[in-house]
Amino acid sequence: MTEQTADGLMLAADGKPLKQSLNRALRRQKLRAFLLIAPLLIFVLVTFIAPIGDMLFRSVENDIVADTLPRTVAALADWSPDSGAPPGEPVYRALASDLLIAVAAKTHTQLGTRLNYEDSGFSSLLRGTGRDVDDMGEDVGKALVAVDPVWDEPVTWTNLLGDPAWISAQADWAKAGDKTPEPPFVPSAAAQKNLPLTAAAYGDFARVMQTVKEDSPTEKRPWNTVAVSLTEDLKANPSAAAAFGADWQPRLSAVVAAEQGGAIPAADFMAAFTESDKAWGTPQPWEVIKTFSPRFTSGYFLNAVDLKMTPEGIAPRSEAERVYLMLFLRTMVLSLVITGTCILLGYPVAWLLANLPARTANLLMILVLLPFWTSLLVRTSAWKVLLQQQGVINDLLVWAGLVADNNRLVLINNQTGTIIAMTHILLPFMILPLYSVMKTIPPSYLRAAKSLGATDWTAFWRVYFPQSVPGIGAGSILVFILAIGYYITPELVGGAKGVFISNRIAYHIGTSLNWGLAAALGSLLLVVVLVLYWVYDRIVGIDNVKLG
Amino acid sequence: MAEGAMANDAFVVFDRVQKSYDGVTLVVKDLNLSLPKGEFLTMLGPSGSGKTTCLMMLAGFETATHGEIRLNGRNINTVPPHKRGIGMVFQNYALFPHMTVAENLAFPLEVRKLDKSVRDEKVKRALDMVQMGAFAGRRPSQLSGGQQQRIALARALVFEPELVLMDEPLGALDKQLREHMQFEITHLAHNLGITTVYVTHDQTEALTMSDRVAVFNDGRIQQLAPPSELYEAPVNSFVAQFIGENNRLMGTVTEITGETCVVRLDSGDIIDAKPVNVSKVGDRTQVSIRPERVETNKARLRPGVHTLKAEVTEFIYMGDIFRTRLKVAGHDDFVIKTRNAPDQIRHQPGQMIEIGWLPEDCRALDAP
Ligand SMILES: Nc1ncnc2c1ncn2[C@@H]1O[C@H](COP(=O)(O)OP(=O)(O)OP(=O)(O)O)[C@@H](O)[C@H]1O
Ligand SMILES: [Mg+2]
Repeated sequence: MTEQTADGLMLAADGKPLKQSLNRALRRQKLRAFLLIAPLLIFVLVTFIAPIGDMLFRSVENDIVADTLPRTVAALADWSPDSGAPPGEPVYRALASDLLIAVAAKTHTQLGTRLNYEDSGFSSLLRGTGRDVDDMGEDVGKALVAVDPVWDEPVTWTNLLGDPAWISAQADWAKAGDKTPEPPFVPSAAAQKNLPLTAAAYGDFARVMQTVKEDSPTEKRPWNTVAVSLTEDLKANPSAAAAFGADWQPRLSAVVAAEQGGAIPAADFMAAFTESDKAWGTPQPWEVIKTFSPRFTSGYFLNAVDLKMTPEGIAPRSEAERVYLMLFLRTMVLSLVITGTCILLGYPVAWLLANLPARTANLLMILVLLPFWTSLLVRTSAWKVLLQQQGVINDLLVWAGLVADNNRLVLINNQTGTIIAMTHILLPFMILPLYSVMKTIPPSYLRAAKSLGATDWTAFWRVYFPQSVPGIGAGSILVFILAIGYYITPELVGGAKGVFISNRIAYHIGTSLNWGLAAALGSLLLVVVLVLYWVYDRIVGIDNVKLG
Repeated sequence: MAEGAMANDAFVVFDRVQKSYDGVTLVVKDLNLSLPKGEFLTMLGPSGSGKTTCLMMLAGFETATHGEIRLNGRNINTVPPHKRGIGMVFQNYALFPHMTVAENLAFPLEVRKLDKSVRDEKVKRALDMVQMGAFAGRRPSQLSGGQQQRIALARALVFEPELVLMDEPLGALDKQLREHMQFEITHLAHNLGITTVYVTHDQTEALTMSDRVAVFNDGRIQQLAPPSELYEAPVNSFVAQFIGENNRLMGTVTEITGETCVVRLDSGDIIDAKPVNVSKVGDRTQVSIRPERVETNKARLRPGVHTLKAEVTEFIYMGDIFRTRLKVAGHDDFVIKTRNAPDQIRHQPGQMIEIGWLPEDCRALDAP
């Protein structure tokens, strides 16, 4: 029994609000339903949603510059390309420090590839300079050794800069043999306070040695940048020696004296870089680094629509570099043409399928489905045989006298080839939805129309056709979306003029390895499809789409 | 009916029409039918007896395998459906789902290239005729079954055809609505003076609506007659059995004298009957008598007629009538119906009574 409370709520038999009881009953049902679809949901999430998310992320992700050249990016913060001059010495030194680490880890080539997308030549620039960077500041290192040969020994540096606890731990480790990894280098508090640049530079060196090269810093002479840092530190703070033990004071004082006496030259990384490659002496490479230093970039997307980012803002690419907009346009137009031919060819077949007696219709259905049972590659290759200039179709046309032998039709390796082969391959996707919609249109409608005085054509056009439009809609969406992302067939029969944007995406994923651009192109394709879907919904209405 | 008479005043004529779908069996065997203008003819028959086939041949959706169909004196065998000008109401209504009610009605006018003002006027009139004026803007799917039925009717009538065909148009409606629509359809048909061919397998519908009923069985018209004649004077045992309730007794003719004959039942009892399909003494026959024509009051019977002994097995009170089941001459499914009048006897089960009838109410038909 139900009854109502004062405020109009319906009550169930147990006196609880009806709505609440209903919700409780429904919740269990919903939970059951959810558990049933959970495997599919997880599958879709893992194999579909996640990769798409990853693609969207990759199309804007740009960590590599900031990760590989952190010091350079920080040092470039104050520099503006508008100055027209290259940046100052600290930026060169920062780049030298970054490059030493990058070269050791071999990440500078990846960076080169990335920046090469934006400015061709960058890859070889970084490779060349990567080979030279070890020698930069060598004159300072040599001068230091000339002052006191002790600076040529690796242990001198670990003892000067290492934390006493680390030094003893390292000694214990060395004695025990090298089964376990060496304890990571820890700079001493005194070094960090009084020789900050040296401590930092040596810290980097020790870390790279221990992690990348798997060498002990006690056995390798540090990079020249460490020596340069030491001279810098001592110049800035000549009394730093006081903070270290008695045996260090004369050594450090000797360096200070040598510096003041002019025996140690000032480091000039700018000159070293310019010597390695003249380009470093111009603002241009610095511009590129600065422009592409943010962790997120619109560069790939701009590239995907034939634009590029310049210090002056967004600008069109040069004539020769513009390919993608044309490819997008071609993909759209060809897909539309293919959809159109599929409708033209598929509609009568679907009509026959829906209206022939069952026996004949079944046979016809098998013929329609036959292509599904043959490999896509085989079908496409068959088209190659049929369409080529010495192929079956041309032979027949020549034999029939319709085409002159010296003037055979070019049916393949162009857009015609793509249209013919893809129409054939996608035709079933048009026929099947059309058929299943037509199957539900009772023949009595046509009879009714004729009994009301309509000719065969009017009855078809005014009564049958409008009811089959949902099938056309479903088929068109299916064919168009499949066509727009098609890859194998245009690749095989499209030649240079008949390829689609997807072929370019595949190229960037497989050959040029520019995944960011591939992801941006893919994302754009996704957006285009979604927009078209939305437009379609606006014009035709998605409820009007029926797959049967 | 004679050939000459058919040609003169007949509007629709089926002349020795045969139809076979598969080339093996005849679905319609030798159909002869002639319909004057303005008549409401119903085709009645069991499922598969060929009613729809006849209708489709008339509408032009099936071609006759043999014979001629004439409309208004013209042979229409080769005229395509859209040029026949025949209105048609389909069993599932076949209203175009993508058009509104008004567009559905305007369709036949549009294909006839009528002006929009004329069209609107006619559509409005047709809608008002079936009292659906308020529904012009709706889609068929937004209408109830009965409303769709009316629209289908209005659409078949809106272009003012002279002949309208209806194939079980009320099959999908509930009893009450059906009875209402039966009345409306006959009313409209008579008011507008349209010739109507109506198909049903509901005999009550056939009897209440039609001027004449053609009873179909096995691809042939068994009887073509006005409802009263069909009920009271069935020409063979199929019609007698198919129309209304009917008591059957099997026997052999022992004597024929003009309008009456004597039949010896298989149980040995003797009864009087009217010879219909029997011609000589010794013929096997099935006699047929309507339950309400059986008399239990001997005083009301003609003197000298034969009577039968009967045992009451069941008495059913049905309000307006009593229905009594009897065991007669070895059959225990003999039924009589009596009016619930104050002086009417209510028989008790087990009671022995005597029954009889007027010889002309008991028809000696063919033995199936
Ligand atoms: N298109 C067809 N092809 C072959 N046989 C058919 C076809 N249409 C009808 N038949 C056959 O013809 C016979 C008569 O069919 P019809 O539809 O005329 O019967 P009906 O009297 O209208 O029956 P119902 O009352 O069930 O509608 C049936 O045996 C049926 O199987
Ligand atoms: Mg039928």
